[in-house]
Amino acid sequence: MTTVPGSTAMTLDISQTERVPFSRLVHVELRKMVDTRAGRWLLISIAALTALVLVIQLWVVLAQDQTVGFNDFAAGANIPMNILLPVLGVMSVTSEWSQRTAMVTFSLEPSRSRFLAAKYVGTLIMALIAVVLGLALTIGANGLYAAFSDNQVTWNLGPFQLFCFFLLYVFSMSTGFAFGMLLLNTAAAIVVYFVYSFVLPGLFELGSALMGWFKDIRPWIDFNNAQNPIIEADVTGKEWAQLLTSGLIWLVLPLLIGVWRVLRAEVK
Amino acid sequence: MIKVEGLTRVYGSFTAVDDISFTCRPGTVTGFLGPNGAGKTTTMRVMVGLTPATRGDVTIGGLHFHDIPNPGRHVGVLLDASAQHAGRTGREVLTLGAQTMGLPMSRVDEMLELVSLDETESRRRIRNYSLGMRQRLGIAHALLGDPSVLILDEPANGLDPAGIRWMRGLLKGYADRGGTVLLSSHLLHEVEQIADEMLLIGRGKIVARGSKAELLANAGGAGTLVTALDHDQLTGALTDRGLSFVPVADGIRVDAQPVDVGRLAAERSIVLTELRTASGGLEDLFLELTADTQRDDVSAAPAPEGASL
Ligand SMILES: Nc1ncnc2c1ncn2[C@@H]1O[C@H](COP(=O)(O)OP(=O)(O)O)[C@@H](O)[C@H]1O
Ligand SMILES: [Mg+2]
Repeated sequence: MTTVPGSTAMTLDISQTERVPFSRLVHVELRKMVDTRAGRWLLISIAALTALVLVIQLWVVLAQDQTVGFNDFAAGANIPMNILLPVLGVMSVTSEWSQRTAMVTFSLEPSRSRFLAAKYVGTLIMALIAVVLGLALTIGANGLYAAFSDNQVTWNLGPFQLFCFFLLYVFSMSTGFAFGMLLLNTAAAIVVYFVYSFVLPGLFELGSALMGWFKDIRPWIDFNNAQNPIIEADVTGKEWAQLLTSGLIWLVLPLLIGVWRVLRAEVK
Repeated sequence: MIKVEGLTRVYGSFTAVDDISFTCRPGTVTGFLGPNGAGKTTTMRVMVGLTPATRGDVTIGGLHFHDIPNPGRHVGVLLDASAQHAGRTGREVLTLGAQTMGLPMSRVDEMLELVSLDETESRRRIRNYSLGMRQRLGIAHALLGDPSVLILDEPANGLDPAGIRWMRGLLKGYADRGGTVLLSSHLLHEVEQIADEMLLIGRGKIVARGSKAELLANAGGAGTLVTALDHDQLTGALTDRGLSFVPVADGIRVDAQPVDVGRLAAERSIVLTELRTASGGLEDLFLELTADTQRDDVSAAPAPEGASL
């Protein structure tokens, strides 16, 4: 205790105390993602499902003697990642609210913007780990393909390819994170994310089929669609621009509104 | 150390906390007492920045909570013992706290021992904790950073009688070492024995404040509860002295200070078997002052046997 017996000083002596370093906040946020059964199982499921998808893909490809490249396996690995990483993003935010731990968290770090930044960096690190894992599994799949197939094997794995991999995972995770902040409720955020990710593309498709003008603007507002060139790791200047405009709508805007909401929310 | 000035919190058209001001000094325990919904939790939430104030200001040691670096090292907070992830173990909760504050892990074991949570209990998930165990964990968490200010919302809730007594000793010792304690309760007996200062709050307003003696003096003097081997001898002496009294369940309640009754008994060589301040005075005061804020009409309810003790 900083006070001495009989002290009646009415001020706190904060001269010896530093702010909690940002790295420590990130460390704690990372720990929170794995220190519950729910969190651990989510991570295990991500790894297991990715491996499963690749095994199935490999099996089909070999059985039907198809010619596939590294990208095809990467796209396969992306399917489970794209479903579960957003859930991880959602839960890292919403569990603080549904489990009401935000009260304790904010009593140890009252700056909510620092807290959010630490949490976001934590999820980015998770995305990075997912990339490494996804990559390892993809390389494994492609290696097995090389071993068992007589077809030509491609290993187009440049830095740009890696960057695209990472970008995709960051997008998935961040979209979940944004929806989590926006709704502050696990179930609602996951449902909304799945509507966004599985129902919306159908609606976009329908819209473009029915309305010519919509077909023209769709590439600029459909974030799911705009990510396809990244999966292929072959992006033109125009496609970058489309990624930017659609990303502003579906990623940056929800992130901003979500941050605003968390900064203001009364924590109950 | 804690300074609340003109604090008001409005929800829509409802004023949960209505222009309250008070100060908590180092070395004292301040009891924040009021019926359910009086505004205690809201006031404490504003203190730590979880709820913004509509008007007014709260500072701790001259600072807004937001401006205290590594606040866990200065201000220990327990607002809701159930606000923990049900899937974490008690030990994990303390570990997260210790890591955030930059404390050695040995601190976690020290705190677990302090609040009497044993090794196996500490490795159990919180969903399997009783309310009392959660409360103990919450107190451990509040004390983790060795703060000089403690803000505890209903910490005695769910504790067993031994636990309440333990907590009293803990907080008393803490204040004696110079700490500042603010603790709330809706039960008078939980705080009256340790609070140096009491704040009575009803419907968002402070209706009375002061030490227990001051409050009782304002309420028209303290009553004394006394029992003697020979009650007839005692009542005779009381009548001689002109003190008014009423026989209650198994004793006598006198409208005088215990010291006066004791002196009288000593003069007349009357053997007393019990002599203490009747808390009824404070209890009545509490109910009276917050009467229009009570949910239940206490005046209409018949007092249970021995209630005035
Ligand atoms: N977010 C809120 N919206 C509306 N009313 C609220 C809110 N929070 C608290 N209240 C009301 O404010 C009053 C004071 O609540 P509280 O401070 O929790 O009381 P206490 O802790 O003294 O029991 C209660 O009537 C409660 O319903
Ligand atoms: Mg309360």
